[in-house]
Amino acid sequence: MPRYSTGEAPGGHSYLQKAAMNGSCKIENGGLKNGYVKNGVCPEDRILNGGLYKRPFHEAFEETPMLVAVLTYMGYGILTLFGYLRDFLRAWKIEKCHNATEREDQRDFVPLYQDFENFYTRNLYMRIRDNWNRPVCSVPGERVDIMERFTDDYNWTFKFTGRVIKGVINMGSYNYLGFAQNSGFCAEASAVVLQQYGGGVCSTRQEMGNLDKHEELEHLVAEFLGVDAAMTYGMGFATNSMNIPALAGKGCLILSDELNHASLVLGARLSGATIRIFKHNNMQSLEKLLRDAIVHGQPRTHRPWRKILILVEGIYSMEGSIVRLPEVIALKKKYKAYLYLDEAHSIGALGPNGRGVVDYFGLDPRDVDIMMGTFTKSFGGAGGYIGGSKVLIDYLRKHSHSTAYATSMSPPVAEQIITSMKCIMGADGTSLGRERVEQLAENTRYFRRRLTEMGFIIYGNSDSPVVPLMLYMPAKIGAFGREMLKRHIGVVVVGFPATPIIESRARFCVSAAHTKEMLDEALSKISEVGDLLQLKYSRHHFVPLLDRPFDETTYEETED
Amino acid sequence: MFFFERFGATIALIKMDVKHFKDYLSWLYYQYLLITCSYVLEPWEQSIFNTVLVTAIAMVIYSSYVFIPIHVRLAVEFFSGIFGGQHESTVAPMS
Repeated sequence: MPRYSTGEAPGGHSYLQKAAMNGSCKIENGGLKNGYVKNGVCPEDRILNGGLYKRPFHEAFEETPMLVAVLTYMGYGILTLFGYLRDFLRAWKIEKCHNATEREDQRDFVPLYQDFENFYTRNLYMRIRDNWNRPVCSVPGERVDIMERFTDDYNWTFKFTGRVIKGVINMGSYNYLGFAQNSGFCAEASAVVLQQYGGGVCSTRQEMGNLDKHEELEHLVAEFLGVDAAMTYGMGFATNSMNIPALAGKGCLILSDELNHASLVLGARLSGATIRIFKHNNMQSLEKLLRDAIVHGQPRTHRPWRKILILVEGIYSMEGSIVRLPEVIALKKKYKAYLYLDEAHSIGALGPNGRGVVDYFGLDPRDVDIMMGTFTKSFGGAGGYIGGSKVLIDYLRKHSHSTAYATSMSPPVAEQIITSMKCIMGADGTSLGRERVEQLAENTRYFRRRLTEMGFIIYGNSDSPVVPLMLYMPAKIGAFGREMLKRHIGVVVVGFPATPIIESRARFCVSAAHTKEMLDEALSKISEVGDLLQLKYSRHHFVPLLDRPFDETTYEETED
Repeated sequence: MFFFERFGATIALIKMDVKHFKDYLSWLYYQYLLITCSYVLEPWEQSIFNTVLVTAIAMVIYSSYVFIPIHVRLAVEFFSGIFGGQHESTVAPMS
């Protein structure tokens, strides 16, 4: 059922009333209880949570309407019944089985293709598969060209018609600052570097693959983040999954947000440390876990944990929410834990200077122990970085698998990142980067405000460029993607494994490259499709996260 | 002359209404497809689903048509036996 509705205050309050309440009666929220807020300070200007926040933190997750939830479950029920029917037909060889099957001579083996035999993939995802993996045949900028394809066996195979759908407005790429371009200064600089260095490096950083471009990039990243040193990797996912094992191990405790990205989850699991999950962005839940960890120590032996590492993301890519970083930092300082911040989506996209969530809250980057991020999104490149103290980076250079085994970053990609980062910093002598950051913030607020006014259920923070629009019903996932493409808008629709089963959604990513006309066109088409599919579920019962009392019964101990 | 003009207008209005009504029906059918997920079913699955649904509804309507009057009558008799006054035939004639 609705994930965010446990014990919420009765709906219908406007956010401002609540905000006023937070400022004056601090008993209501966790701030006072946590002990890091001084008593008796009642700021007049409605600063949230006792002055930890320098700007209003407006985050809403509207409750799922009951009727919609019931109909969604009913829809999944019907699809599941037909899935069983089709599986029955396949098992009895009445219908041809398209998916991967075992070889005839290995029939009695344990099945090898367990994953592909997944009931959900075969019977539910297959029916609307045409909405994903559409081949794009242009630069993924604000408009893209998409190759038209058709299927004559209900999405098991696709064939190209040879036509191209031109000028589709791209609302799906993580091109936050619009640096995904095939022309302009970034592309030209990359072309020059390609001439000089070639495309590949064919070695790792520890051997023959350490170019001057990489050193330059690392210095620039450290300067950009405001930390002592930084290190870059060729793949963003591997940055997380290979560096967390270098930092934590057996006897360590990892506290991870429940909605963390798969790379963080994989890294935490590979490390062998004990993992405990706290409720999404819920500081009471985090504090309880921290307190328990310190009081009880390791299970059975009750020795103290060797270290405690908190894993959070800057912007959560499926919820569009922004981490409560001031509170996390206060907690981490109080309980002397380490903080690993994944800024994959937030770097470049948040903050007045585009320097991520730390900049957004106006905090000191040195308070975050490990600053991780990717170049894939805002910089239009590829790869990831880790920033932090000199000691940390030197340690990682020696111990991380990404350094030892991964081929180093392609020089043109490094150059793309260098030029785009310099542009954001204003080091190229123009104000272009700053304008883009401001444009993105403006586009984000406009797009979110208009969608909310239209009556859609929109999740997340009002400043987050990731905008999830709730669809709920499984048939509407397919219908929304198809109807939007018909109207020449490219969107990303997301269903079950990535989201909870009933909370299917469409996810828009606003870019600085979108002009107001494009956004208006997209908005009018979204409204049109929203009317056609009856997606305007909102009853304007906003439930600000801050006011949800912490319910002890809703969170599970992960004691082992 | 006036009559014919009005007649023509009425015809146009009816035509528009019919078109409107058709649009409304097709929109309603589309909503039905989306909510029941028939939208993503293959045509033969869709026909199975529709057949099952129509049969079930028809049976419910038929059985309610057949049985509800009987049940209502039985219930009325039962309750009138409990709460109702004595029947005329059971009242002993007094003279």
